[in-house]
Parts: sequence; structure tokens; C-alpha cells
Amino acid sequence: MDVILFLIFALIAVVCAINVVVQTHPISSALSLVGVMGSLAVLYLLLGAEFIAAAQVIVYAGAIMVLFIFVIMLLNAGAETKKGRSYLIPGAPLLIVLLGLLAYYVQRMFPGSTMVRFGGFQGGGPKDIGTALFTTYLLPFEVTSILILVAIIGAIVLARKEIE
Amino acid sequence: MMTAVPISWFLTLSAILFALGVAGFLFRRNIITVFMSIELMLNAVNLSFVTFSYQHKDVSGHLFTFFVMVVAAAEAAVGLAIILTVFKNRSTLNVDDVNSMKN
Amino acid sequence: MQLWLIPILPLAGFLINGLFGRKFSKGLVSAVAIGSVVLSFLWVLKTIAAMGDLNTPVVEHYFTWIQSGTINVGCDFLVDRLTIVMLLVVTGIGSLIHVYSIGYMAHEHGPNFGGYYRFFAYLNLFMFFMLVLVLGASYLLLFVGWEGVGLCSYLLIGFYFDKKFATNAGNKAFIVNRIKNFGSLDFDKVFHQAASAPEWVLTTIGLLLMVGACGKSAQIPLYVWLPDAMAGPTPVSALIHAATMVTAGVYMTARSWVIFTHAPGAMDVIAIIGVTTALFAATIGLVQNDIKKVFAYSTVSQLGYMFIGIGSGAFSTGIYHLMTHAFFKALLFLGAGSVIHALSGEQDMRNMGGLRKKIPITFWTMACAWVAIAGVPPFDGFYSKDAILAAAYQHSHAIYWVGVFTACLTAFYVSRAMFMTFFGSYRGQAHPHESPAVMWVPLAVLAVLSLAGGWLFPIPEFLKAMFPAFEEATNPLLTYISVFAGLAGIGLAYLVYMVKPGMADALAQTFRAPYQLFYNKYFVDELYDNTVVRPLVGGSRMVLWKGVDAGLIDGIVNGVGARCRDVGSVLRLLQSGSIRSYATWVLFGSVALILAMGLFGGLQR
Repeated sequence: MDVILFLIFALIAVVCAINVVVQTHPISSALSLVGVMGSLAVLYLLLGAEFIAAAQVIVYAGAIMVLFIFVIMLLNAGAETKKGRSYLIPGAPLLIVLLGLLAYYVQRMFPGSTMVRFGGFQGGGPKDIGTALFTTYLLPFEVTSILILVAIIGAIVLARKEIE
Repeated sequence: MMTAVPISWFLTLSAILFALGVAGFLFRRNIITVFMSIELMLNAVNLSFVTFSYQHKDVSGHLFTFFVMVVAAAEAAVGLAIILTVFKNRSTLNVDDVNSMKN
Repeated sequence: MQLWLIPILPLAGFLINGLFGRKFSKGLVSAVAIGSVVLSFLWVLKTIAAMGDLNTPVVEHYFTWIQSGTINVGCDFLVDRLTIVMLLVVTGIGSLIHVYSIGYMAHEHGPNFGGYYRFFAYLNLFMFFMLVLVLGASYLLLFVGWEGVGLCSYLLIGFYFDKKFATNAGNKAFIVNRIKNFGSLDFDKVFHQAASAPEWVLTTIGLLLMVGACGKSAQIPLYVWLPDAMAGPTPVSALIHAATMVTAGVYMTARSWVIFTHAPGAMDVIAIIGVTTALFAATIGLVQNDIKKVFAYSTVSQLGYMFIGIGSGAFSTGIYHLMTHAFFKALLFLGAGSVIHALSGEQDMRNMGGLRKKIPITFWTMACAWVAIAGVPPFDGFYSKDAILAAAYQHSHAIYWVGVFTACLTAFYVSRAMFMTFFGSYRGQAHPHESPAVMWVPLAVLAVLSLAGGWLFPIPEFLKAMFPAFEEATNPLLTYISVFAGLAGIGLAYLVYMVKPGMADALAQTFRAPYQLFYNKYFVDELYDNTVVRPLVGGSRMVLWKGVDAGLIDGIVNGVGARCRDVGSVLRLLQSGSIRSYATWVLFGSVALILAMGLFGGLQR
């Protein structure tokens, strides 16, 4: 059962990812990316990360991707037309090599010792996340709040109209 | 038919998604698409974090994912603001045209 | 005992005259210079008086100079019997020469008023270094003094020295050897260990010491600088080349007697070098016409005698001859200076003659030196030379006979010089006038010492307590032979130059080849020039200058610059300004990293 779930949603994720890369119009790419994120959320659930799955959908797919779509609409970006320099020749082989290496090493290092089944990890709920967040990871938590503040200020400053 | 998924499958999926993100970053000319490829890469990494968290039965992996998301959000906000500014100045969304640092 | 005062007083004189002398009057400069040396001499006397038992050496330790690992070198002064002899010679004769120099440098062809203070400053500095050399209790201090007197002679002669490298090489070699072998440079430690060291080591050390001594004391083959150094002022010739610096080599070998007694091979070499030099230099001195050159070669020859004495095992005779030689050679040089002064600069004996009546004081004082050096008894040259020949006879009969023959030659050439200068009729153009008192008083003092110094200062007795027992077989026959040789020399010279004046030239014609050989100093200078100097200079120019310096080093420097430029132009491609190319490079880098980690880093289970 878990295997089937995994395979289905993994396939959806890969197809959507390919779509992101291949599509010419940015809107199509954005919508495909939303699809990727959704399937990833299901996979997180399989891995027992309930909070993270929820956060993925709410924050990532719900806020960040919406932001992207806002900007695309604002800029009235059209489909890509011009043909520029293609980095296909140096890039593709490197990419294939990268993928091959990663897959190979992953296979070698984790040869099926741990198996994932739904419900195998119970420590991913909000209670556990909260405990860890406010004890062990308190400092990064506070720092991220400052980070967000800085990001807000930066975005406002960068994107406002020029003051004459 | 087994009822559990080996860890390595998740990690391989993560690698594939990551590679796709890199491909998008290298081969696309639209700045926004490039940005979205970056988000794709970040997601792939998130997946591997959670996978390792399952392997070690430790919630710290989830925490890392949490922070990655926060940073990705902040970065998306600022990055898009920058893209807006660049568009205002250059009227182009083509990555190759933003090359005033050439040579 | 405050031994340090002995060298410090002349050093103070050097500093005062060197720093402020320009503003002093001539009188003040002279007073400072002479005062410092005379005070030093008086302090030497006081030290001797304060030393109750002369058999125990006095050692004063001042400070530790080097302390590194096992090497511990202190700055110590040592006074024993040998030191006393050297101190008296150096300070005593040094004082006399300083006094003489006042008159000589007043209006001679030396430096002008502005250089007067500098001359005396250098003289004082020289005294300082010589005293350090003599007083030092370790080879290191001796070497310091050695180098210092070399430096001062360079300063005083004025840029005529380019052959001193040999001296320094020899000394450096032996110092290094010493440190390696004994781990210490102090005399007493070295000498205690000398008995236990293997013989070949001691022989090597002895030979290296000898090389150093050859350079400083002008033996074969390193004597060539001494006659050329006659270009300097005559008091300098007297001080440095008659009385003090050249004797440093003799002193050093005498001081190292412990080493040499265990290395008989080295001693033989010393004696042979000594006798060869003595004969060689005497033959050259026979035919020179410059009065200072005659005495210069005489110095070389007499130094050879000292080494004969040391090489034969009779160290005290070598030192004895050192002392007597200091007396009469200094007198000869100062007298020659007086003659030159009288003739307003003339140095060629062919333009002299008949000066006996015109500058009588000079003549009579030089005559005292004349009979001393010829070995006429009972004057002091006779005592020391006889002692040396007797020692040589016990060592080797061959050396003895050559020594006797050379004694005859010595008498001959000095007599020749005297006859040509003072007898006959005057052949020159100048107006000879007697020297002032400041000049002839030291001459007179030295004359007395030349006559009486032999029995006033019986050195062999004095030093017998220090050096190993030397069996002296007094053979009256040998004494008669040496006296006869001396008188024969005088007689022959009288014959050739006085009775038959034309005979000298006739002999020169008949024996044309030997005459030319002697006159041109065996062409040694030319030989050295062609074999050593020219190849060295030429090789330096071709190999070192063009090859190494210009070719290699400049090539490296320029090459590095050019390669940097090339690498830079390649790296410049990285900065394309295009984001995607940057990304490609990052990808490439990460692939490489993963590959490296997988292959070498250990990405295993």
C-alpha cells in the first residue's frame, strides 16, 4: 500500500518537475511547481512528518507560489521567445553525471536497511516540533524572526516607487 | 510485494528532483523560471532532510526543513523584489541580458 | 688586575681622535694618540709587577659571548710568560713608533692636516686589535684581533690589499675545525684535550693554522702583499710589518705549541716553509733598489727564521728572534724613513750615497741595527739567530746549512744597502738634512735595544718554564760558523760595493739570468696574476654575472611575471558576466567534489 502511494506521487512529482523546466510560459511552470509541492506533501505524510506536510501546503504552495504568480502577473511576463546562447552542451553531460553519481552513491550507502512505512515515525507532530523548536533550536528560531523582518524591509525598499 | 518503501528510493527521488532543478537553472532564460527552479531544488533537499529524520528517528530533520522553508520564503520575497527592480531598469526578463559585469 | 685597560686605552685614543680629532690641533691629536699607547705600556709594566709568580697565568673573565648548546665562549684575557713578552714588544715599540710618527707625518708626503688625526686614530685602533690578539684566552678572541689588525693594515696602507683572502680562508678553516673537534675554543680546554686527540686531526689543525700564519706572517706562498704594502707611510711599515702584525702568525703558532708538539708532521712543514721563505726572500732582497723593498724582503726572510725555530721544536727561540727582530727591523724601517725624509721623498738607493756625513745620527743608529741583523756578536741579532740555527741543527742538518747560507746573504744585502746609502759620494739632487728630535730619539732608543737587547732580555730563559723542555746542545763550532757567515757577508759586500764599485754591475752582467730572476721577484706576482686573479675575475664575469645573475635569476623573475599574465588571461574567461555560465562552473565544481569524495573521501557504508 505504501509502495503504491509512493510510486504514484513520486511519478506526479517528477512529471510536474519536468513540466516546470520544459514549459515556456512562466505561469505554466508556476502551476506545475504547485503540483510538485502538493505531491511532496503527501510524501511527507508517508514519512511521518505531519507538521511539515501541513506547513508545505500552507506556506510553500499557499504563500510563496502565490507570490510568484502575483509577480508574473504584475510583470506581464510572456512566453520565452528569443533564442540565446545555449548552455546545453557543457551543461547536459555534467548534469547526467551528477545525477548518475548521486544515484549511485545513494544506492551504495543506503541499501535498503531502513524501510519506510506509514506510521513508522511518530515524532513528527506539532507537539514534538514545538518542543524541539523552543528548547534546542530556540536561537535559530529567534534569528529567523529577525531574518523575516529584514526580508520584509528589503522587499519594501527595493520595490517601491522612486521618490522624486 | 513489499509493504514498505526503502529509504534509498526517497533519496533517489530527491536526487532526480534536484537534478531537474539544476537543469531548469542552467537551461532557461527567463529569470522567474530560474527562480522557480531554485525553489524546486530547495524542495528536493527538504525531502532528503525529512527522509534522514525518519532514518534516525529524530525530529531535528523536520526542524531543518522548517528553517529551510522560512529562509526560502524570505529569499523569495527579496528575490522577487530584485527582479521587479531589474525589470523596471532594463525592461527585460532575459537572464543573458543582465550582463553588465562582463569582462 | 684590570687587564682590560691594556687594550682599552688605545681604543679610547682611537675613539677620541676618530670622533673629535678633526677639531683638535696637531699637538692635541698627537698627545691623545701617544698618551694612550704609553699609558698602555705603563699598565703592562704594572701588571707584570703585580703578577707575583710568573708561572701561574692570570685569567680574567669578562662576559660570556656565545652560549649555544654545547658551545660556550667567553671573553677572557690571559697573561702568561709568552703574553708578557708580546705585550712588551707591542706596547713598547708601538709607543716609540707613535712618537716617531709625529715628526714623519708632520710635513711628509703623507696626508694633509685633515688626515693627520685619521692616521693616528687608525694607529691606535691597530694597537687595540693587536693587544686583543695577544691577550685573548681563546682562539676566538685571537681571531677577532687577527681580523682587526688585518682591517687596520688595510686602512693604513690604503687600498693596496686584495690578497688577504688567503689569510682569512686559512683561519676560518681552522676555527671551524676547532669547534668541530674540541667543542671549545678556550686555550686551556683545547690544550687539555689535545693529548688525547688522534694525530691526523692535530696534524690537519696544525697545517691549517700554518696556512693562516703564512698569510699573516708573509711566508711562501702568501708573502706577495708585504712588499707591495711598502707603498704606505714608513711608520706604518715599521709598526705593522716589522714589529707587530706579521708576528701575529708566529705568536699564534707558538701559542698552539701543545697542538704542534703532538703533530710532528706539521712541525716539519713549518720548518721547511720557514727555511724556504728565508732563502727565497733573501735572494730577492739582494738586488732590489728601493730601500724599503730591501727591508720588506728582509722581514719576510727573518720571519722565515722564526718559523724555523718554531718548526724545530724550540718555540722560545722563535719568540726570541721575534723580539730582537722587532728591535732592529723597526729601527731599520724608521731609519729608512728618516733617510727618505731627509732626501724629501727619494727611495731609490741608486740616487743616494755618502749620507754618512750629512745625516750622522741616522747613520749611527742604523749602523747599530746593521750589526745586529748581520749577527755580529755580542749584539742581539747574534743571540737569537744563533739559537735558531742551533735548534735547526738538531732538527735537520739540511735546514741548518741553508739557514747558514741565508744568514750570509742577510748580512750581504743589509751591508749593500748601508754601503749604497751612506758611503761613497752623493749621487742625488736633493739637500739632505737631519731629522727632527722627535724622529731620532726613538731611533736612538731602538739602537740601544738592538745592541743590548740580547742580553738584557734573555727570552729563552724566561720562557723555559712555559714550553716543553728542549734539549739544547751547545756546540761552540756552530756558533763560530754562524758568526763567520755573518762577517763573510759583510766582507763580501764591502768588496763588491766599496773596493771595486764596478764589480756589482759586472757580476750582474755575468750572471744575467739569476739576476733577472731575483730582480723580478721570481715573476711570482705575474704568475699569481695569470693563474689566480685573471681566471677568477674572468670566470666571475662570464659565469656568475652573465650566466647566473642575468640568465637564471632574471629569467626566473621575468618568467614568473609572464606566466602570471598567461594564467590571468585564462582565468579571465570565468568572469563572463553571465549567470548561467557561473552556474555551469558551480555544477562542474560540485560534480568534481562528489567524485573526489567518493573516490578518496570515503563515502562508504
